[in-house]
Amino acid sequence: MATRVGMEVSIAAAEAVKQANVDVIAAYPITPQTHIVEHLSEVVNNGELDAEFIPVESEHSAMSVCTGSSAAGARSFTCTSSQGLALMSEIVYITSSLRLPILMLLANRSLSGPLSIWNDHTDVMSIRDCGWIQVFVENGQEVYDHVFIGYRVAEDRNVLLPFMVNLDGFVLTHVIEPIEFLDQEIVDRYLPPYQPKYSLHPDHPVTMGAFATPALYTETKKAQTESLTEAMPYVLKAWQEFGDMTGRYYHPVETYKTEGAKVVLVTQGSLSETATLAIDSLQGAGEPVGLVKIRLWRPFPFEEFKEAVAGADLVVVMDRAISYGGPGGPLASEIRSALYAQEKRPRIVNFIAGIAGRDVAPEDFVHMIQQAQERPGEWYELYGVRE
Amino acid sequence: MDKNLDRLNVYASRLISQKEYFVPGHRACQGCAEALALRLVAKALGRNNVIASATGCMEIVSSPLPLTSWNVPWIHVAFENAAAVASGIEAGLKVLMRKGRIPPKRINVMAMAGDGGTSDIGLQALSGAMERGHDFIYVCFDNEAYMNTGIQRSSSTPFGASTTTSPAGSVVPGQTTWKKNMPEIAVAHNIPYVATACSSYPFDLMEKVKKAAAIEGPAYIHILSVCPTGWRLPPQMAIHAGRLAVETGMFPLYEVEQGRYHLNIDLSELRPIEEYLKIQGRFRHLTPEMIEQIQQRVGEEYEKLKKKVRMTNEGQE
Repeated sequence: MATRVGMEVSIAAAEAVKQANVDVIAAYPITPQTHIVEHLSEVVNNGELDAEFIPVESEHSAMSVCTGSSAAGARSFTCTSSQGLALMSEIVYITSSLRLPILMLLANRSLSGPLSIWNDHTDVMSIRDCGWIQVFVENGQEVYDHVFIGYRVAEDRNVLLPFMVNLDGFVLTHVIEPIEFLDQEIVDRYLPPYQPKYSLHPDHPVTMGAFATPALYTETKKAQTESLTEAMPYVLKAWQEFGDMTGRYYHPVETYKTEGAKVVLVTQGSLSETATLAIDSLQGAGEPVGLVKIRLWRPFPFEEFKEAVAGADLVVVMDRAISYGGPGGPLASEIRSALYAQEKRPRIVNFIAGIAGRDVAPEDFVHMIQQAQERPGEWYELYGVRE
Repeated sequence: MDKNLDRLNVYASRLISQKEYFVPGHRACQGCAEALALRLVAKALGRNNVIASATGCMEIVSSPLPLTSWNVPWIHVAFENAAAVASGIEAGLKVLMRKGRIPPKRINVMAMAGDGGTSDIGLQALSGAMERGHDFIYVCFDNEAYMNTGIQRSSSTPFGASTTTSPAGSVVPGQTTWKKNMPEIAVAHNIPYVATACSSYPFDLMEKVKKAAAIEGPAYIHILSVCPTGWRLPPQMAIHAGRLAVETGMFPLYEVEQGRYHLNIDLSELRPIEEYLKIQGRFRHLTPEMIEQIQQRVGEEYEKLKKKVRMTNEGQE
């Protein structure tokens, strides 16, 4: 029987890593990821999880250790934030090209400078094109669930790609939420031990990480991009099976009250829950406004997204990262290209909000939607700037 | 050394396995003593070996997709992280054996990098791996500059050497700093085994590699790898140059086992440093004063090393 427990989300995430029977954990402390790895070192040192916990000297080495251990056939885990991700980013790109099923929890935090420990999505957007499967979650339960789902997808022989779960720093990592725990036997059935296709072992020598000349580089990249787009059905399958087992179904794009909506708000991550309150109040006032949440960031669910906003005249996109000197936020860019070829294309307005932990309340969403309705054209704006 | 000399009295090649794990066909330059050193290291470690390689000459010459020179499992990830990747391989194999998912077996894990990948960009990852005590061997193939990118200076480039980023100019005569003492940095981590070696002394080198493999915990081997291309030296002189590096005291061969120093080739008299310098184009511009400066420093360093040998062996023999 599944049990429901009130628990800090970081601790629940670490408990999920324990239940996933991970073999190697390599991590370096950075706020707000610390509680996850602290708890993991506890469960390892208390003998609750038989794993190697490698307290590395940097995030660069955290990802490098995971690369080595995953290549040796071990289920490998790391967890970081912000500057840590920036430091390890060199290796993040290499792990996907090596097709290693590493799982990383990214406790989203803004990138320096100025230095800030608070939450936004500038860290993940800096490595958008790293070739990993990338999902966003909204609450503690989704974090817990996606540890199992992540490994299930990543280790699928048809996929073999690293998997990144984005959870908002502090607003998710440091809050206590009710978490429904899975029985170990259910986890074990859903997630059997990792059986690598190739691994570093003297009984079957392989060469990994050979270099490519211009004669072959393009072909390796084609294979890599196909591996990510073709991972989509296996992500869907893993979500479906998880839903059948737990009753919690996940989708690449999720909608809230979009039926008949002429205005659609688009969000990612934990602010999506806040946004639902704004939708409720606007709908209460008779406004045809709905919410679309992008859960799967890579591979991007183009078809599902187009379907979700099919009836809308206005799409209001909330980004939590800036593309300096560019077209606004990265999410809005993606959505503009997704909809560009549509015959009937909605007007797209982009707000960049909730940067570095700046609060976004339900009334802020209401305000953004009203502003977008009132002011014509397509534009972007940093919301809530104090003049 | 005695042991090795004994063995030299018999037909030497019969003592060494004919099996190659770093196989012919790779693309190293003519006379590359680094490729030779790597071949000897791979031979000494044998089949039960997994290698994590840094970016560099040996990586580039051995792994052009879809070809490989490797008969043992080998991975290259990036320039500065060979020690961290090896840490992961070691930890992964250990935990998988403990959990019964792969059969128990003694497998060596080796990290390899050049002097840039070790003493410059890879130093942090190496320090972390040595401090954490992983059971692995780290081999630094020191050819005293960034040869793969075109002979740029590193912290391992010797004083006075002309490289493409420390050229012998009319004002600044080449490298202005003294070679970083990487083996001593390894010793400072209190690891069980540190050694220097050179492919001009193949038996000594292989003995050290085998010893490093047998020891539990981190082992560090620093191999002077003569680079005819970068040192401006005829390829046929590579082995000779390695011998001169040792015989002049430029690169003494020693081991540090559990903190105890041992000179493998203990010379009562060093050959003049000029014999080593004059055969290399990278030192062509040195003035007699600079040569004297190097001579003095080498003498001092050699004495320091001998003092460590005496100090760490007092009352032991």
